[in-house]
Amino acid sequence: MEQLLYATLSLGAFALIAGIVLAIASKVFHIEGDPLSDKIDALLPQTQCGQCGFPGCRPYANAVAGGEADVNHCVPGGERTMLSIADLMGVEPKALEEEESVPVVAFVREDECIGCTLCIKACPVDAIIGAPKQYHTVVADHCTGCVLCLEPCPVDCIDMIQKPELLEHWSWPLPDTERAQLGAERRESHHD
Amino acid sequence: MIKSFLNKLGFASARFAGGITPDMCKWTESSAIEDCPLPPLFIVPIKQHIGQACTPLVQIGDLVLRGQKIAKSEGYLSVPIHAPTSGKVIKIEEHAIPHPSGMGLTSIFIEPDGKDVRDTSLIPMDNWQAIDPAELRERVRLCGITGLGGAAFPTFIKLLKDKRNPIETVILNGVECEPFLTNDHRLMLEHSDEIMHGLQIIMHMVGAKKAIIAIEDNKSDAVNAMQQAVSSTGNDAISVASLPTRYPQGGEKQLIESLTGKQVPAGKLPMHIGVLCQNVGTVKAIDDAVMLGHAITDRIITVSGDAAPKPANMRVRLGTPMRFIYAQCGLENFDGIQILHGGPMMGERMRHPDIPVIKSSTGLLAIRDTRMKAVHQVEDPCIRCGHCSEVCPISLVPNLLADHCRNDQLEKAADYDLFDCIECGACSYVCPSHIPLVHYFRYGKGQTAQVRREQSFAEASRLRSESRDARLQREKDEKAAKRRKVRDTLRSESVLNPDNNSAPKSTTKTEGKE
Ligand code: SF4
Ligand code: SF4
Ligand code: SF4
Ligand code: SF4
Repeated sequence: MEQLLYATLSLGAFALIAGIVLAIASKVFHIEGDPLSDKIDALLPQTQCGQCGFPGCRPYANAVAGGEADVNHCVPGGERTMLSIADLMGVEPKALEEEESVPVVAFVREDECIGCTLCIKACPVDAIIGAPKQYHTVVADHCTGCVLCLEPCPVDCIDMIQKPELLEHWSWPLPDTERAQLGAERRESHHD
Repeated sequence: MIKSFLNKLGFASARFAGGITPDMCKWTESSAIEDCPLPPLFIVPIKQHIGQACTPLVQIGDLVLRGQKIAKSEGYLSVPIHAPTSGKVIKIEEHAIPHPSGMGLTSIFIEPDGKDVRDTSLIPMDNWQAIDPAELRERVRLCGITGLGGAAFPTFIKLLKDKRNPIETVILNGVECEPFLTNDHRLMLEHSDEIMHGLQIIMHMVGAKKAIIAIEDNKSDAVNAMQQAVSSTGNDAISVASLPTRYPQGGEKQLIESLTGKQVPAGKLPMHIGVLCQNVGTVKAIDDAVMLGHAITDRIITVSGDAAPKPANMRVRLGTPMRFIYAQCGLENFDGIQILHGGPMMGERMRHPDIPVIKSSTGLLAIRDTRMKAVHQVEDPCIRCGHCSEVCPISLVPNLLADHCRNDQLEKAADYDLFDCIECGACSYVCPSHIPLVHYFRYGKGQTAQVRREQSFAEASRLRSESRDARLQREKDEKAAKRRKVRDTLRSESVLNPDNNSAPKSTTKTEGKE
C-alpha cells in the first residue's frame, strides 16, 4: 500500500514538473503569427488588388489558412499560384473562376492630370509619385496593375496599358511536338 | 570519384565526361575566306552581346565612318557598337534580330556610301608591352569586342588582372567542335601570326605564365600552322595541344577539363581556377584593336548546309542581312528551307532571312525542311536506354530532367541541376525516341527564371505595401497623439483656472474638436 502511495506521489510530482517546464517553454518559444498563413502569403503575387474578395493578399492568406476561403480566388496569381497553394494545403486543385488576364500597368495621361493626389492615396504599393497640383506619374516598374487607382481619379486620366514584353524576359515555349502539347493539354483538362 | 582522385595525383584524364562524335560535315574547310560585298543597307542592332543594350549616339541623317562609335554602352556588362562602313544613318527603329523569339530591337540603319572610309581616332598601340594592362583593357572595351565563339560575352571583363584570382594559363580555343563550322579553322590557317600576337598581348594583360592553343585533331593543318607560328615567336611558354575530335570539346568547361584535368566548380568561373579561355577569333580582334586601333566591324562566318549551293567562309560586316549573305552563296529561294543561326547543335532557328548578322554569328546554315522535320517533330516515349546520360558532358540525367520540365516540376528540375546543363544538345542528338531534350531544358530554365522574377517582384511589392501600411498607421497614431496632447493641455488649463474666461478661443477650439 505504502509503495503504491510513493509511486503515485513521485509520478504526480514528475508530471507537475514536466507540466511547468512545458508551460514555460511554450511561452519562451512562442512563434509570432501563423506560419501557415505566412507561407501562403509568400505564394501570393502581392498585387493587393482585392479581387479575391479580401482587402489585400495578407487577409486572403489568413482566410485560406483558417479554412474560410478556397484556394482559387487570387485572380492575378493564376493557375500557378492556385496549384502551389493547393499543394501547400494538401487539398485538391480547383479551377479558377476568372480568366487570367494579360499583365498591365497604369499610365497617367499627364497633361490631363489635375494633381488631386487621390490616386496616390489609393495605390497599395506606393507606385505613384506626385504632389498636390503637380502632374502625377506611375513608376511602371513598381506598379502591380491592380487597377485601384482608376476609380478615384476625378478626371479619368489613368489608363491601364499592356506591360511591354521585354526581350530579356522572353522564355522558350514548350516544344511543338505532339507529346509536349498533349502533356500541356492534359494538365489543363485536369484542372477543369 | 576515381577520376578526381587520379586528377589529384596529377594524372589528367585529358578527356571530359560523355560527348558524341557526330558527322562533322566540314565541307568548307578548304575554302579560303572570301570578302562578302557591302549590302545596300546595314541593320545594326544596339545590342549584340550578353548584357545591357546600348544607347544610340547618332541621329537620322548623320554621316558615319567605318568603326565610328554609333551607340554607347550602358552599365558595366556592355560594350559599344560601331558603324560597319562609312555612310548615312537613314533610320533608327525596331527590327528583328537573331533571337529565337523572333522579337525585335532598336536598330540603326546605315546606307553605305561605297567609300568605306575608316574612323582613325583610335591610335595603334604598337608598344603594348610598355602599356599598362588597364589601358589595354579599356581599348578592348572601346573597340566593342565580345567573345566571337558564339557566347558574345564582353571580352574586357575577362581580361582583368586580379590579385585574388591570378590567371596562370590562357587557353586559346580553336577547337570548333560544332559540325559544319570552319570559320575558326580558316582563321587559324590564314591569320596564325595575328592570333599568336594577340595571344601574347592577352598574356601580358593578365600576367599569365603559360598558354595552350587547343585544336581538335581533325584540323591537322591548323595544328601545324599554329605550331609554326609558335616556334617563330620562340616563346616556350606557349604550346599547341591537339585534342581528339569529340563534341562538345570546345565547351569552355569541357576544354579546361580536357587540358588541365581540373573541373570548374558549379557556379564558379574559369578564373577561379586560374584559367582564361578565349576564342581564336576574339584574339584576332584584340590584336586588331591594339595594333591597328580597329573597332570590331566584321567577323568570319561559315555559310553552309545541304540547301546552300555554294558553301563558303566569308568575312562579313556586322549588320549585313542574312538574305544578302545567302545570296552570295547562291541561295535566294527559302521555300522548304530552315535557317539556322550558329551551328547545327547549339544554333537557333530563324523565322526569316531578313535579319542582320551580329557579333555572335558564327555560322549561317540552310537545311532542308525534310531533314529538320524528321528530327524535330516526332517525339516518341522515352525507352530508358540511358544514352542521353552517357553522352552528357555534365553527367546529368536528361530523361528525368526533361520529364520534370515537361510537367512544370521546376523545383525538382533545379534539384537535379538543370542549371548546370550547357545546352550542348548531345543528349537530343543521340536520343532514339527523338525527344527534343534541350528544348525542354530551355523551357524549364525560362519558366524558372520567370517564376523567380515574379517572386522577387511580389516580395518587393509586399515590402512596399507593408511599409505603406506602417506609414499610414504611424500617421494615424501621430495625429491621435497630437489630438490627445492638445486636449490634455486644454483640460489642465481649465482645471488650473476653472473660472478663467479670458481664453474663450481655446475653449471653442476644444469644443469644435470634440
Ligand atoms: S486577388 Fe490575389 S493579388 Fe489580389 S489581393 Fe487577393 S490575393 Fe492579393
Ligand atoms: S499605380 Fe494603380 S494599378 Fe499600379 S499598383 Fe498603384 S493603384 Fe495599382
Ligand atoms: S487621380 Fe488623376 S488627376 Fe488625380 S492626382 Fe491622380 S492622376 Fe492626377
Ligand atoms: S544538353 Fe544539357 S543535359 Fe543534354 S547533354 Fe548537353 S549538358 Fe547534358
